[in-house]
Amino acid sequence: MKDFIIPDPDFGTPARRSDKTVTLTIDGFEVTVPEGTSVMRAAAELGIEIPKLCATDSVEPIGSCRLCLVEIEGRRGTPASCTTPVADGMQVHTQTPKVAKLRRGVMELYISDHPLDCLTCAANGDCQLQDMAGAVGLRDVRYEAGANHFETRQNGEANPRYIEKDASNPYFTYDPSKCIACYRCVRACEEVQGTFALTVDGRGFEARISTGHDDFLGSDCVSCGACVQACPTATLQEKSVIEMGTPDRAVVTTCAYCGVGCSFRAEMKGDQLVRMVPSKDGKANRGHSCVKGRFAYGYATHPDRILNPMIRESIDQPWREVTWEEAFEFTARKFRGIQEKHGVRAIGGITSSRCTNEETFLVQKLIRQVFGNNNVDTCARVCHSPTGYGLKTTLGTSAGTQDFDSVEHADVVLIIGANPTDGHPVFASRLKKRLRQGAQLIVADPRRIDLVRGPHVRAAHHLPLRPGTNVALLTAMAHVIVAEGLTYDDFIRERCEMDAYQDWAGFVAEDRHSPEATEALTGVPAEEVRKAARLYATGGNAAIYYGLGVTEHSQGSTTVMAIANLAMATGNIGRPGVGVNPLRGQNNVQGSCDMGSFPHELPGYRHVHDDAARGLYEKLWNVTISDEPGLRIPNMLDAAVGGTFKGIYIQGEDILQSDPDTKHVASGLAAMDCVVVHDLFLNETANYAHVFLPGSTFLEKDGTFTNAERRINRVRRVMAPLNGLADWEVTQHLANAMGAGWTYAHPAEIMAEIAATTPSFAGVSYDLLEAEGSVQWPCNDAAPRGTPVMHEGGFVRGKGLFVVTDYVPTDERTGPRYPLLLTTGRILSQYNVGAQTRRTGNTVWHAEDVLEIHPHDAETRGISEGDWVRLASRSGETTLRATLSDRVSPGVVYTTFHHPETQANVVTSDYSDWATNCPEYKVTAVQVALTNGPSDWQLSYAERARAARRILPAAE
Amino acid sequence: MTPEKLVYMANQIATAFARLPEDAAVAAIADHIDAFWDPRMRAHLLDLVEAGAPDLSPRVAAAAGRIRKPEAA
Ligand code: SF4
Ligand code: SF4
Ligand code: SF4
Ligand code: FES
Repeated sequence: MKDFIIPDPDFGTPARRSDKTVTLTIDGFEVTVPEGTSVMRAAAELGIEIPKLCATDSVEPIGSCRLCLVEIEGRRGTPASCTTPVADGMQVHTQTPKVAKLRRGVMELYISDHPLDCLTCAANGDCQLQDMAGAVGLRDVRYEAGANHFETRQNGEANPRYIEKDASNPYFTYDPSKCIACYRCVRACEEVQGTFALTVDGRGFEARISTGHDDFLGSDCVSCGACVQACPTATLQEKSVIEMGTPDRAVVTTCAYCGVGCSFRAEMKGDQLVRMVPSKDGKANRGHSCVKGRFAYGYATHPDRILNPMIRESIDQPWREVTWEEAFEFTARKFRGIQEKHGVRAIGGITSSRCTNEETFLVQKLIRQVFGNNNVDTCARVCHSPTGYGLKTTLGTSAGTQDFDSVEHADVVLIIGANPTDGHPVFASRLKKRLRQGAQLIVADPRRIDLVRGPHVRAAHHLPLRPGTNVALLTAMAHVIVAEGLTYDDFIRERCEMDAYQDWAGFVAEDRHSPEATEALTGVPAEEVRKAARLYATGGNAAIYYGLGVTEHSQGSTTVMAIANLAMATGNIGRPGVGVNPLRGQNNVQGSCDMGSFPHELPGYRHVHDDAARGLYEKLWNVTISDEPGLRIPNMLDAAVGGTFKGIYIQGEDILQSDPDTKHVASGLAAMDCVVVHDLFLNETANYAHVFLPGSTFLEKDGTFTNAERRINRVRRVMAPLNGLADWEVTQHLANAMGAGWTYAHPAEIMAEIAATTPSFAGVSYDLLEAEGSVQWPCNDAAPRGTPVMHEGGFVRGKGLFVVTDYVPTDERTGPRYPLLLTTGRILSQYNVGAQTRRTGNTVWHAEDVLEIHPHDAETRGISEGDWVRLASRSGETTLRATLSDRVSPGVVYTTFHHPETQANVVTSDYSDWATNCPEYKVTAVQVALTNGPSDWQLSYAERARAARRILPAAE
Repeated sequence: MTPEKLVYMANQIATAFARLPEDAAVAAIADHIDAFWDPRMRAHLLDLVEAGAPDLSPRVAAAAGRIRKPEAA
């Protein structure tokens, strides 16, 4: 806690929601608060701080330290203000001689069992025990040091109560000698994070905090840091603070990892980042975070970062460091040369969903205005492009319908093809909180993800479907809802197109769609499907959350539409607690889609065929905008191999590692004349690049990210870019080298252009974001402060459209040579291709990708835990270690793709979604066999990568 | 792009609209291709239709007449 150095008031107990208010008087001042509020919190709202140790506003109070005692007129004794709710007319006195004496007594006891090494303690100046000793006026301690927890030796012998510091976690330490047994950490782990990793061993004086294991690293702890943040002393302390000392200022910014978009206070000392503390005001995260956002920022200053621009004529040459001017001039000359020779459409670019909205907007502007074509795409192609197509077709807008707060109102939650505890951890914590309050959970996933069975969480139904059968399963659920008369007919009649609905209802009602008929396809017992469908339709507010397990299939778009159908048929859309919610992968994937990163869409999802939209930009930019859709990423690579696409500008993406069928990507890149990679590190794609432009991290620039709830959050610069230029400046220089004449001086000016040209962003400005903290688009005259829940009165497209969803099996089939199905995913501590997280302490949790295989499949192949195995598909093969797990069903294997050494995408196929070309990552037919070393591809790849990364010493 | 892949992609679209009556399906296929395919892909497809690609779905072939003519770059 950093209460008095950088004020971030702690109200002591959580806020209460109530329609009723209560008015009371505290120290003579009147205050009105919601019913159920504690006396402590009511006082804090008046600015009166009651001393406290065991209470903090992130967890429920337990009233154990007795420091917060107050006197209340007409009541006997001295109740604890943290556990006493307010009542009308109450007269509270927080400072009386009686409570002052009691408090001093309490503090005296605490201090008698505490080492008095404050001056050299890491929490010096940031310790509530210190603060409280001061606040209550403690002047001497009368007790002799007797039995205690802090002396290493007593009476010439080892002190049996002394426990050594645990430094096993890479980011924080646990020093039991400083613990005051306030249990804030235990409650934070339970209530905020929902992991239940900490317990209390023993009682009274003997009570100790324990992980139940040898140390933190070996325990269930997921290193979210909630306990560290809650701890009032140096017992749980960030290692960065131990090393650097306390911070002196804080800047609010947004996490650059996942689509939850947590707000953080970046706590600084000069231009050094001391720690990241999740912001209580953050509307997506409400004061919580995961290990990545809080701790894994060390990549920003990692020595691997490339800080100087580099060029080379061909990719077999070493890199040559050059000035920015030379790099821009070289690139402009190459790009224009290609266009002269091969036509305007022979170059293009890829925007980054890790960069800001402003940067993404500029890259697509560069392509549309300066390149003169629509060959712009983004990594959403390989993750959520089917969400765009599916939700636009059915509901009318390409985005999730709710805010994250909505989950607090859900009664039934259906999770499909997502693993929130790993992929979207802070949302998972908020979901688990709701589940502990009694909401019911349905999980449809081939794997038994953690949410199916966790501490104090148990899914009502787990539907372990065979990869690739989402549409069959969802249509079977729809069958039950229609056949058993569980539809919400008034809603459908009023809000949806009736013809389409009747067509759809007739279709799903056919016998061939019943759970019984599709059981053989999906592998899910019919009775479970029926029960799950009934629960979804009749259990109250039902919300669907889905991830890449839905979209990354040959029928990804169809599955998204099947999800929307379910929500419309049951009226679960258009109010808090319900909705259709894509869990977006990367921090700004929503934003990059919003900003016109797709080759067929201008910013705000307006098709390039839309004359009015094009006209707007033509007037502003003074060029003709092409009305022809451009190439999508897979199409670009195909066209490159075919010789009609020759140059590409890639901002902040590593397509060689992240995109499917690595060999195909490599041959596409190798066929181009000018590949420009703009990134932090020499990533895998850069092995095929001719120009490397150093990128900047989110700590080094201003801008905005848009998270999965359409929330536009500010990113604020806390340190100068190490490479000298923020990413938006690099794009601007490149555009100007090609003759654009742009003059943006600050990202706020770019946002002004976005707002002026994009109806759903019309009201957005940096001033508004400063005032509101964040807003959810649409934000315009109709919704000046943004839109938390969409489709409230009616659908964006007018009437909701039911779409018939015929199941079409993928052509990626198992057979005698490839009898297993591979599906891919990710884990908590790593992020995407791992370029950032692999360069942080997070590697202790995931040093390599491993293959999960069912013990039965392992046994028939003679595979034991930890063996090297060869994973082969029709596309290619790789090797990795196996781990035996019954989380996957027999016939299914699973791995992550965080490490370039594994290159899991060498194995994935070239199949893709019919509507959007989103690749089918989630289904590949494979064979697994014992082996004893890396594959030929891995060896030759490693060799080529080494050669491609050579850098010549700078010619001074 | 290989002809096989282009044909495969076009057929996937035809399959997605398979349930529609002939005329609506042909229109939906043409619309989808117009909306999402870059001109060189459309030109390639039209060439294939011209040459009489045997594996191409008949509905895609029928849609060819409605697909927007790509201009040369
Ligand atoms: S870091 Fe998070 S998971 Fe680990 S013990 Fe603390 S609160 Fe629990
Ligand atoms: S570790 Fe910190 S938060 Fe936990 S009981 Fe000890 S002093 Fe309190
Ligand atoms: S990675 Fe996601 S959940 Fe974790 S802190 Fe960042 S935004 Fe929040
Ligand atoms: S703060 Fe109320 S009893 Fe500890």
